Amino acid sequence: MGLIDRRMGIFLTGLFILTVAVPAGNLWMEGQPVPSYIVSLLGKYLCYALLAVALDLVWGFTGILSLGHGAFFALGGYAMGMHLMREIGDRGVYANPELPDFMVFLNYQELPWFWYGFDQFWFACLMVLLVPGALAFVFGWFAFRSRVTGVYLSIITQAMTYALMLAFFRNEMGFGGNNGLTDFKDVLGFDLQSDSTRAGLFVLSAIALAGGLLLARAITTSKLGQVLVCIRDAEDRTRFLGYRVEGYKLFVWVVSAMMAGVAGALYTPQVGIINPGEFSPANSIEIVIWVALGGRGTLVGAAIGAIIVAAAKTLLTGWFPEIWLFALGALFIFVTIFMPKGVLGVIEGALAKRPKPQPDGKEAEV
Amino acid sequence: MTIFRQCLAALFCCLATLASAQSFEELVAQLPEGKFAERAAVVAQLGALGDPRAVPVLEVLLEGNLHVLKSNEAIVAVREVGSDDVAYDALTGEEFGIIPRRGSSKIRVNNGLRRDIRAAIGTLTLRAPDPALRLAAADAAFRAPNPDQLELLQSVRSDESDSEVAEALDYAIAATVLESDLPDEAQVAAIDTLREMGNQDALSVLTPLLQATNPVMAAAAKDAVAAIEANQRLWNMAQNVWFGLSLGSVLLLAAIGLAITFGVMGVINMAHGELVMLGAYTTFAVQEVIRASFPGLFDWSLLIAAPLAFLIAGGVGVAIERGCVRFLYGRPLETLLATWGISLILQQTVRSIFGPNNREVGNPSWMSGAFDIGQMTITYNRLWILLFSLAVFAILLFVMKKTSMGLRMRAVTQNRAMAANMGIRTGWVDALTFGLGAGIAGLAGVALSQIDNVSPNLGQSYIVDSFMVVVFGGAGNLWGTLAAAFSLGIANKFLEPWTGAVLAKILVLVFIILFIQKRPRGLFAVKGRAVEN
Repeated sequence: MGLIDRRMGIFLTGLFILTVAVPAGNLWMEGQPVPSYIVSLLGKYLCYALLAVALDLVWGFTGILSLGHGAFFALGGYAMGMHLMREIGDRGVYANPELPDFMVFLNYQELPWFWYGFDQFWFACLMVLLVPGALAFVFGWFAFRSRVTGVYLSIITQAMTYALMLAFFRNEMGFGGNNGLTDFKDVLGFDLQSDSTRAGLFVLSAIALAGGLLLARAITTSKLGQVLVCIRDAEDRTRFLGYRVEGYKLFVWVVSAMMAGVAGALYTPQVGIINPGEFSPANSIEIVIWVALGGRGTLVGAAIGAIIVAAAKTLLTGWFPEIWLFALGALFIFVTIFMPKGVLGVIEGALAKRPKPQPDGKEAEV
Repeated sequence: MTIFRQCLAALFCCLATLASAQSFEELVAQLPEGKFAERAAVVAQLGALGDPRAVPVLEVLLEGNLHVLKSNEAIVAVREVGSDDVAYDALTGEEFGIIPRRGSSKIRVNNGLRRDIRAAIGTLTLRAPDPALRLAAADAAFRAPNPDQLELLQSVRSDESDSEVAEALDYAIAATVLESDLPDEAQVAAIDTLREMGNQDALSVLTPLLQATNPVMAAAAKDAVAAIEANQRLWNMAQNVWFGLSLGSVLLLAAIGLAITFGVMGVINMAHGELVMLGAYTTFAVQEVIRASFPGLFDWSLLIAAPLAFLIAGGVGVAIERGCVRFLYGRPLETLLATWGISLILQQTVRSIFGPNNREVGNPSWMSGAFDIGQMTITYNRLWILLFSLAVFAILLFVMKKTSMGLRMRAVTQNRAMAANMGIRTGWVDALTFGLGAGIAGLAGVALSQIDNVSPNLGQSYIVDSFMVVVFGGAGNLWGTLAAAFSLGIANKFLEPWTGAVLAKILVLVFIILFIQKRPRGLFAVKGRAVEN
C-alpha cells in the first residue's frame, strides 16, 4: 500500500519515457520524427488525463458524481487565458496596451476590476487554483452541509456548469463572450508558436499529471482516504460512527476542483483558445466517461481512459466525422453495462487469473 | 392625342353627373396652383367638403403620383410602367394610356402637407359605410388632432351607431379638444375621457400636458397620467404572467415525461430531450408527406402527428428500457451515463437522416395569429400549447391515479418485490412506464416544433431545464412538477425586464441550486421511509 504501487509505477515510467522521448523527437532528432502538432496534441491529452484524475478522486473514491467538473477546468483555463491576453499588450489588432482586443471592440473604456492583477504571472497562477477552489468551496459547503447526494448532486453540478456557460456567453461579463479568449502570443516571454515552448508546456503537463496522480494517491492511501471510501460506500454509517462527513467531502471536492483548474490552465496555452463551450454540460459528461472507461477508483485508469477517448476522438473525427458520436454513445452504453471496472479492471482481472496471483491484484477491488 | 381627349371626357363626365358638387372638381383643379401652404388649404377644404370621391384622389396625391398634364391641365394619376409613364383616372383607376415623358408635371407634396392630407383622408372616411374604415379614421383623427375638425367630429359622433367607433370618436374628440382653446372645464373633461382610454396612446397625449402652464390642467393631467400608469402596470403584470404561463407550459411539456421516468421510476433518462426531438421530427415528417400528397390536410397535420409521435417516441423508449436501462436498475449514476450515450446516438442518427440544419415546421391556420384582451396580446400558438400541456398533464394524472395500469406502475416503483409477489409482471410494467414517459416526451416535441427550431440539438436545450423542473417540484410528485414548471416560468419572465433573458435564466438556475440545498427533496417532497435510498 505504498505511495507508488505497481500500477502507478508502470504508468509513471511510461509517462517519463514519453516526456523524454516526445520533446527529444521533436526538437533534437534528425528529420523531426515527432511533428510539432503532435506535441501540442499529446500535451492536451495529458491535461485531460489530469482532469480525469481529479474527477476520479471525487467520483471513484468519494462517490460524488460531478457533472460539472468542466466548469473548474474552464475557470482555470480562463484564469490563464486572462494572463495570456494581458501579455499580448499592444501587439493586438487595435494596439491598445491596456485593453485586450475584444474589449476595445466592445467599447470598454477601462479594464474591468476583475482583470486587475492578471498581468502578473504569479497572480494568474494563484487564481488558477483559487477561483475553481473558491467556487468548489462555496458550492460544496452548501451542498454537502444540506446533504444533497447522489443523483440530485449530479444534476445541480450540471446546472452549475450550465449557468456558468450561459454567463460566459454574455459579452457583458467581460470575458470575451462566445469568442472567448484567443490570439495568445507568448507566455513569460516564450513564443507560444515556437517548438521549444510547446515542448516545455508538454513537459509541464506531464509533470502536473504525475504530481496530480501522486497527490491523489497520497490522499487516497492515507487514513483520510479510507474515510472517503467509507463515505462512498455507506455515507450514513460513516456519519453515525462520528466522522464529519461534510468536512471530508468538502476537502476532497476542493482539491479536485483545483486540480481541474491546473489542468485547464495548462490546456489553454497549448490549444490557443478558451471559450464558453468548455463549460457545456456535454463536455463535463464526457469527462465522466473517460473515468468510467479507464476504471473508476483507480486513478491511473482514469488517466488512461482520458487519453484513449481523446485519441479516439482525434482519429475518428478526422477519418469519419459522422461516426464519432455513434462511437462515443456506444462507448457510454458498453462501458456502463459490460465493463463496470473499466479497461484497467479488465486487464488486471485477466492478469489476476493467471496461476501466480500478484499481491497487488486485490487493489482492483477498490 | 386620344389620351387627352379621353381625359377631358372623363373630367366632363364627372362634372355632368355630379353637378351639385361642382366645388369638388374646382378644388381638385386648384391643387396644382400655388405653394405648399395654399395647397394645404385646398386639401383641408377637400376634407371638410365630405365628398367621398376626394379619398382616392388624395391618396394618389399622398403617394406623389398626382400629375397635371401640360397639354390640357387635366389631373391624372401617373405611374411608371417599365420605362413608360402611364396615366390613370385618379378616381376610378381606369387606364388612359401612355403619355410622353415630361408631358405632365407632378403635384409636389412635403411632409407637412402629407400630414394634412392624411388628416383630410381621415375626416373623409369618418363617414364611410364600413365601420372598420370609420374606426381607422377615428384613430387617425386621434393621432393628428386638428381643432378645425372638432365640429365635424362632434357631428359625426352624434350620428354614430356603432359603439366601438363611437368610443374611438370620443377619444378623438377629447384629443382635439386638448389641442383647441376651449375653456378649462371642457379640457379637464377631455383629460378624464382620455384617462378612461388608459393606454399608451392616451399617455402620449397626456404627458406633454404635465408641463401645461394652466395649474388646473396640469393637476388633472398628473392625476390622469398616474392613474393610467398604475393601470398599465397591472396590464404589464398580466402580460408577464401570461408570458410566464406560456414559458411554464413549455417547461411542463418538456419535464412531464421526465416526471414519470425520473420522478416515478427513479431512472435518470438523459436521452429525454432526444425523445422530445424525435416528436418534433415526426411532426416535420408528417407535414412533408402532407405537403407532398395531401395539401388539403395541412390544418390536421398536428393532430395526425401527435399520436404518431407518441407511438414513435414511446416505442424508442420501450426499446431503451428493454435494451439498456433494465440492466442498470439500482445504479442511477450508471443509468445516467448509458442514457447519455443513447442520446448521442439518437442525435447523430437524426443528423444523418435529416441533416444538421434547422427544419421548417409550419403552423396550421388555427395556430397562427393573435388576439387582444385589454392591453395584452395573446398568440394562438402559445394559447394552444398551454391548453395542450394542461390536457397532457390531466390525462397523465388520470392514467397514474385512476387506471389499473397506473396502480401497477405505482406498486412496482414503491415495492418491486412485493408487487412481483402479487403477480404483477414487473419487467413489463417497467417497460410500459418508461414508454409512457418517452411517449409524452414525443407529444411535447409536437408542441415545441411550433415555437422552437427543429434541429438535432433541440433536446439538448431542454434537458437541463426539465431536470430542474422535476427536481424543484420534488421527484415523484406530478403536482409538484406542475407547480414548479409554472412558478419557474413566471419567475423567469418577471426577472427578464430587469436583467435580460440570459441573466434571468442564470438567476433562476442559481435559485434552484440554492433551493435544493434548503429542501433537497424539492417543493413537494414525498414523505416517509420510501424516499430514503
